[in-house]
Amino acid sequence: MVFLDFEKPVADLYEQIEKLQVLAERKGVDVSDQVKSLEEQIESSRTKIYSELTRWQRVQLSRHPERPYTLYYLDQICEDFTELHGDRRYGDDKAIVAGFGKIDGESMMFIGHQKGTDAKSRQYRNFGMPNPEGYRKALRMMKIAEKFNKPVVCFIDTPGAYPGLDAEERGQAEAIARNLIEMSQLRVPIICIIIGEGASGGALGIGLGDRVLMLQNTWYSVISPESCSSILWRSWDFKETAAEQLKLTAEDMKGFGIVDQIVKEPSWGAHTEPLKMAQTIKRNIKKHLKELQTLSPEELVEKRIEKYSSIGAYA
Amino acid sequence: MTWLQRIKDGILTKTIEKKETPDGLWAKCPSCKKAVQTKIVVESNYVCSCGYHYRIGSDLYFDLLFDNGQFEEHFSHLKARDVLSFTDLKAYHARLDATRKKTGLDDAMKVASGKTDGRPIVVACMDFKFIGGSMGSVVGEKIAKAVDLCLERKCALLIISRSGGARMMEAAFSLMQMAKTAAKLGQLDRAGLPYISLMTDPTTGGVSASYAMLGDFNLAEPNALIGFAGPRVIRETIKRDLPEGFQRSEFLIEKGFLDKIIDRRELKESLALFLEFMYPNASKATT
Ligand SMILES: [Zn+2]
Repeated sequence: MVFLDFEKPVADLYEQIEKLQVLAERKGVDVSDQVKSLEEQIESSRTKIYSELTRWQRVQLSRHPERPYTLYYLDQICEDFTELHGDRRYGDDKAIVAGFGKIDGESMMFIGHQKGTDAKSRQYRNFGMPNPEGYRKALRMMKIAEKFNKPVVCFIDTPGAYPGLDAEERGQAEAIARNLIEMSQLRVPIICIIIGEGASGGALGIGLGDRVLMLQNTWYSVISPESCSSILWRSWDFKETAAEQLKLTAEDMKGFGIVDQIVKEPSWGAHTEPLKMAQTIKRNIKKHLKELQTLSPEELVEKRIEKYSSIGAYA
Repeated sequence: MTWLQRIKDGILTKTIEKKETPDGLWAKCPSCKKAVQTKIVVESNYVCSCGYHYRIGSDLYFDLLFDNGQFEEHFSHLKARDVLSFTDLKAYHARLDATRKKTGLDDAMKVASGKTDGRPIVVACMDFKFIGGSMGSVVGEKIAKAVDLCLERKCALLIISRSGGARMMEAAFSLMQMAKTAAKLGQLDRAGLPYISLMTDPTTGGVSASYAMLGDFNLAEPNALIGFAGPRVIRETIKRDLPEGFQRSEFLIEKGFLDKIIDRRELKESLALFLEFMYPNASKATT
């Protein structure tokens, strides 16, 4: 178990339990009562912490190293997931995965950012930061889904599109822009689920859909709190304040009408009960798809354009 | 409009104010550092003889592009709102007030309609001096409404971009304007109507990654900085200096992302050719 800084009281209690158990083993004494009491303390400490999470703490949870990523969920909710590769133009981006699979017998196209789970695979996945070919692979799969009349499900979890030399050379801006216009006109249902970090254009590049859902401990904004702090406060030290100001949590986004639903996570975060999280996600995909499948392609596109056209705050 | 007033509208203001002398007005070119009579700079559409393009704003582009300088401004009633009560070193609402006062602008974009070389056109032009030309809800809504106007009049849309990207103080709302503008441009595209994007210095972030890159034709002024990530961020990522000319118009056209680089002194002439090609019949509209 990896604990975040604000979970220190919980981590300390777990450590006490461990010590007790070592002691019990060595000396053969019964510590079950003490352990039980500590476990109760853990429960109440966690409940308190999780009932008053700050926006920055949600950001931390969204980046928890044990948090499940796209391929984990696909593995849990899909039958016969078949991963597909390449943008047919340049290469196969590892920070975006795509492929078809079935949920309870129904075929769909899945696309998602993918992060690594250890040092080596994090590097391999470029920390979930796509290059243009990632967005172009995603678009290719969406067009295939459209051709064969299959819905598209996107999992979003990225610290941003990769700001590299090659990415610029190959048209990062054009790749994201192209996806936005194509996704806005796609004639099949699109469901987007923010499962971790929703950083700016890099997230939106596969994030425009008929339904946008956010897991409870995720964030979505135009910039990360750290970068926002560095630009607007001219220092890296104001990330907590920046997170507050950006109002970037699922609850904020739902309040603004920018996302359609908050998907509840297990009590202590998706990473503590990943299987349960996967089942919740599966249930929600099915629910929203059922609603969307009553619409004709024309209605679908018209409603989608209407939905995005109405987002804005001005006097 | 006298040229004195025109200067006040342009980015020249500061330079001119500094350089103002009793015997005349001189402008120092930020590129070649030569002092040139302001009148001459104005007459050459704010392009220095060295080729440097001054960062001018919407009023000057409207003057430059519309026949006889005649146009009608639209949607100027739209005003930014501090919906998040965003405060960094300054409160957003105070920043808005101060910027409005200082620039005389309401937001980072103006939309106008008129004719260019006899053909009807809607021009949406960004103003960099309004919070770095940042795109927030007002810019998004103005583009959406500009598209509707084009659909209604069956005419062409030109967007002139000059922006550092999305406006951070509007957070997710500004991010969503990327989706909104793209969705509206998709409607324009399906209606078969022309959309020309002109990128000027600079065009980066959420603006380049949405409407700026989606033209039927993507055009740019010379030596404009165009990219997704800003040069500083890229430098910090790759931890070395960027090659000379990286992310400039001439670099982008080599990489295949621009149709043409157009000197501002020839902008109207060139635009007329694009419109002639794009409009259903070559004859100039009479309406
Ligand atoms: Zn010069």
